[in-house]
Amino acid sequence: MKKTKDKIIEKIIFICGILSIIFVALIFGFLFKEGIEFFRDFGLKNFLGSAVWRPTSVPPQFGILSLIAGSVLVTVGACIIAVPLGIAAALYISELAPKAIRDILKSLVELMAAVPSVVIGFVGMVIVAPYVRIILNLPTGLTAFTGSLVLAFMAMPTIITISEDAIRSVPKQYKDGALALGATNWQAIRRVVLMAAMPGIIAAIMLGIGRVIGETMAVMMVTGNAAHIPHSIFEPVRTMTATIAAEMGETVRESLHYRSLFAIGLILFLITFIVNFVADLFSGRSKNQ
Amino acid sequence: MTKIKMNIANLNCFYAKKQVLENISLHINANQILSIIGPSNSGKTTFLRTLNRMSDFDADYWRKGKVFLDEKDIFSMNMEKLRSRVGMLFAMPMPLPLSIFENVAYAPRRLNLLKGKPKKYIDEIVETSLRDASLWDEVKDRLDESAMKMSGGQQQRLCIARILAIDPEVILFDEPCSGLDPISTAKVEETMMALKKRYTIVLVTNNVKQASRVGDVTAFFLMGKLIEIDDTAKLFVAPKQKETNDYITGRFG
Repeated sequence: MKKTKDKIIEKIIFICGILSIIFVALIFGFLFKEGIEFFRDFGLKNFLGSAVWRPTSVPPQFGILSLIAGSVLVTVGACIIAVPLGIAAALYISELAPKAIRDILKSLVELMAAVPSVVIGFVGMVIVAPYVRIILNLPTGLTAFTGSLVLAFMAMPTIITISEDAIRSVPKQYKDGALALGATNWQAIRRVVLMAAMPGIIAAIMLGIGRVIGETMAVMMVTGNAAHIPHSIFEPVRTMTATIAAEMGETVRESLHYRSLFAIGLILFLITFIVNFVADLFSGRSKNQ
Repeated sequence: MTKIKMNIANLNCFYAKKQVLENISLHINANQILSIIGPSNSGKTTFLRTLNRMSDFDADYWRKGKVFLDEKDIFSMNMEKLRSRVGMLFAMPMPLPLSIFENVAYAPRRLNLLKGKPKKYIDEIVETSLRDASLWDEVKDRLDESAMKMSGGQQQRLCIARILAIDPEVILFDEPCSGLDPISTAKVEETMMALKKRYTIVLVTNNVKQASRVGDVTAFFLMGKLIEIDDTAKLFVAPKQKETNDYITGRFG
């Protein structure tokens, strides 16, 4: 009696365990199927080798380069802002802050992660964008830079929480050892604690990047959505995610345009997969040490 | 007449409301090994961590009383300066996650001891420090390897070398052999005996035999109080206090 119950529960848990694998495989398979058909009809070279995205002109043009450039620009900008700020905040929370402040900060950071992205996008659109336009004296506030600001805000909670965990899991003796040799607190933190926590911090950054690349709503609302190769970060851009979200509703099912969006999804999936894989490599390495 | 290196006067230490050291007064002679014995929770480690102010970083720690190093009050000294004069070795060997060479070179570089010296000077420091820690012959061909790959005993001697590289005056050993096998322990003890010619050493140990082997003077702590301090030969042969006798003969602890 007991044995059958055990067996059944084991089976259920097993199914739950492999469900995520099945889902990922199905998503990939579906993307791949539609994407491949697109590549067959339109050609991989025309897709990856052109920057002109005019899906409704005759003949239609599906050059993804400008979209990739938009995504990369916004992501890199967001990282430049979020990484130093995030690591500094994590250091403050884990090493310097008094206990009372640390508890408040930690829960606030977690709250930051819980703000829906459409709300962040909304705030970015009505508050951040006009300020960007006025302060930098630009024709429009809806630029890649605005997107980076907004996305940096969204990536920070991930970077802070995971880096903080990594920093706090560095054995206290490392720091004690450095302090006992006459190093100042800051020297010990910079040379010893940060170094030892580095694999975890890199994993945190990678996961932050993953979040930024995949973000759609907020980015669509603040970057202006102009599909061209930008010359500076202060121009409107369009990201891959925003393109899919904006155009999916207007396409005819099974059309070339419809499939082109799946092809974008496939590229996006590959990029996030690589980022996650690299993050895994680093966090795995930190555990083995 | 031996010179007094450190003098501790009426030292009381607390964690929040709990008193862990009560009215400790003793002095530490230069170029001798003072070993401190006593059961766990007797305040030995707190005492040691107070001598180079490592405990200043502990939460809720506070103290009353004075500690003097060469007749200067250590609590009004610059903390980093004090720690470069009073080095400390911990129970768990904890090399930094760097190469063997960089572990030893770490502190001299940080403390700017190399200013105005030729570039080769750091090699010299590393070699003498490793020699003095009797480790040189074992590692001279693999200085670039990670220190994490060494054995426990080697790591502990590397940590000693790391301290020697900044040439302190006093070295505090906090149960340096608790995680080591007998052979490694013997090597560390040998190193300590050799080092006392140049340094003053304070050794906290749970191993009563070790105290009797290496200590010139032995102090017995119990429940935060200093029960007895005397020359090692006298303390182990004819202790004045009953508690000391009970502890060293293994009746408790």
